[in-house]
Amino acid sequence: MPDTAPSAAAISAEIAAELHREGPLLPILHRLQKRFGHVPETAVPLIAEALNIGRAEVHGVMSFYHDFRAVPAGRHVVKICRAEACQAVGGVALAEAALAALGTEWHGTTAGGAVTVEPVYCLGLCANGPAAMVDGRPMAAATAEKLVAEVSA
Amino acid sequence: MKLFLSADAVAKALGVEDVAAALEAEARARGMALELIRVGSRGMAWLEPLAEVERDGVRHAFGPITVADVPALLDGALAGHGPTEDIPFLASQTRLTFARVGVIDPLSLADYEAHGGLVGLRKALADPAAIVQTVIDSGLRGRGGAGFPTGIKWQTVAAAGAGRKYIVCNADEGDSGTFADRMLIEGDPFSLIEGMAIAGLGVGAETGFIYIRSEYPDAIATLTRAVEIAREAGLLGGDVLGSGRGFDIEIREGAGAYVCGEETSLLNSLEGKRGVVRAKPPLPALEGLFGKPTVVNNVISLATVPVIFEKGPEHYASFGLGRSKGTMPLQIAGNVRFGGLYETAFGLPLGEIVERIAGGTRTGRAVKAVQVGGPLGAYFAPQQFDTPFGYEEFDGAGGLIGHAGIVVFDDSTDMLAQARFAFEFCAVESCGKCTPCRVGAVRGVEVIDRMAAGEDMRDLVEDLCETMRDGSLCALGGFTPYPVLSALTRFPDDFAPHKEAAE
Ligand SMILES: Cc1cc2nc3c(=O)[nH]c(=O)nc-3n(C[C@H](O)[C@H](O)[C@H](O)COP(=O)(O)O)c2cc1C
Ligand code: SF4
Ligand code: FES
Repeated sequence: MPDTAPSAAAISAEIAAELHREGPLLPILHRLQKRFGHVPETAVPLIAEALNIGRAEVHGVMSFYHDFRAVPAGRHVVKICRAEACQAVGGVALAEAALAALGTEWHGTTAGGAVTVEPVYCLGLCANGPAAMVDGRPMAAATAEKLVAEVSA
Repeated sequence: MKLFLSADAVAKALGVEDVAAALEAEARARGMALELIRVGSRGMAWLEPLAEVERDGVRHAFGPITVADVPALLDGALAGHGPTEDIPFLASQTRLTFARVGVIDPLSLADYEAHGGLVGLRKALADPAAIVQTVIDSGLRGRGGAGFPTGIKWQTVAAAGAGRKYIVCNADEGDSGTFADRMLIEGDPFSLIEGMAIAGLGVGAETGFIYIRSEYPDAIATLTRAVEIAREAGLLGGDVLGSGRGFDIEIREGAGAYVCGEETSLLNSLEGKRGVVRAKPPLPALEGLFGKPTVVNNVISLATVPVIFEKGPEHYASFGLGRSKGTMPLQIAGNVRFGGLYETAFGLPLGEIVERIAGGTRTGRAVKAVQVGGPLGAYFAPQQFDTPFGYEEFDGAGGLIGHAGIVVFDDSTDMLAQARFAFEFCAVESCGKCTPCRVGAVRGVEVIDRMAAGEDMRDLVEDLCETMRDGSLCALGGFTPYPVLSALTRFPDDFAPHKEAAE
């Protein structure tokens, strides 16, 4: 389990590890999210200070990208492909069945914080759809049953 | 037994790691010597996970392989598909860019060199002043979508003074139905690294960035390792292959924004900004990353450069059709029997790709529509199947080839739903800079919903598309009319007023 309420010192250490790069903001945000499961609100002023930019700019960048989250996700993150090649092989029905089986909506988290479900637009598995990803692991020929089993294990 | 097993993301997504573990365990239990070599994908998606057993130097294909198949495979009793390279899907291809993918261990530089790797870079180093002209002579055009001549782009950057310059590889591969970049990176990452090094030497850049989408964790892991290995071997770093010239590469992960595949949005993203599209001019070739002259090229454009040097630009240019020179890795996807990666010279008619190579639909129903070139590409109807696969030819037929994703739909598809999705996708992914894109796409969804409810809104959709086409800064807003209008005009029955009532 990631430490979801890290100290300022812990956050600053992560920020410092990316500062040697040209244009370090995205690497910093990715690093914080990998480490803490989200980009904590308390990180925003620390990033702004480290990069000598405004807090609003940090917020603006964070909110632009679908990947970054300001609050922790569920214990599992399921991403289901909504793009065309998966639509052609039942992707829409898969998504509906999976959301119904898990009892949540797009971008929602199931009761008890077990599973967050998000849309994704192509995973590069388009000849073996419908496709999904569970906690970063790709799944081809996906079914709602397989997805539910994967997050129940 | 010498056994090659796919480690491509597709194989992993179909459980190949369980197969690998079972193979090791079973061989151990039998006291059998098993040499298990993990490779990229051969591109035959319907056979994944693919295992190949080498007999007398010839690889024999078995797949899709499951854990239950493992004992029979090791007994030599499993039914297979014969020699891999005799399988018609593979035998009929012209593999230049993808020659090594699925064949070699992606992270073995020795394997890479044994299969022609680094020959191109060595030739380029022997005469760096000729690099740009060689790429021009090959006729290579950008494989990311726009088809701009790669050598001309390099020439502009090369001529842009002597200061700091960058090579940026666009590995954002956001188009639905495309996976060539991913397969290449997972199967032969050194070819991309070699191509970038040649680009750096050619234009006078010492720093390269690869911007790769976060949706590709397996590719990121392979590429990260490959760059480390290349650095340890002196292929990257301060003294490339002992030439005295420096070039190094840094990998950057995208963050789930489709628009960041657009080159100027990508540059903003690399700089740590919102991925908003920049107005052109200035061209990135003159004022790109951090304001410096920058080559931005797609993975396939760059990874094709080594073979151009290895075999000569004339050899590459001898393939193709008209101004579409060389080969294109077609990505056959969606509802097909035989999907995957098919590299071939430009010029094949679309119908031949869909009917002969892909074998029609997986569901066995009639083909209704084929979307070519990703979410901004047009839907083709079977009446257009004689269109040859080439940049100009597809443009002339009211479409585009883009990154060569070919997505097949059967006759159960509702084209109104596809048009709605095109607007919806544009609304979700718009960078927000232009009103016609940001607002028009949202409006488009509403209008299509009213059509679905039986209203005749055809004229409004056409007006809206015209506004988006004329008033958008980039192809996200500007080309969304392709899928929308092609669906509307080529499949009018799906948009007929009161179609619900009529059924
Ligand atoms: C919305 C949008 C998305 C794009 N996505 C990609 C992409 O994922 N990969 C890519 O190589 N090019 C993409 N492009 C094209 C790039 O802007 C650019 O033309 C290309 O990277 C140049 O490289 P090339 O000449 O080698 O094709 C996209 C363009 C637009 C407008
Ligand atoms: S067309 Fe859309 S995505 Fe492209 S620059 Fe304009 S608002 Fe941004
Ligand atoms: S369209 Fe779903 S994986 Fe590519």
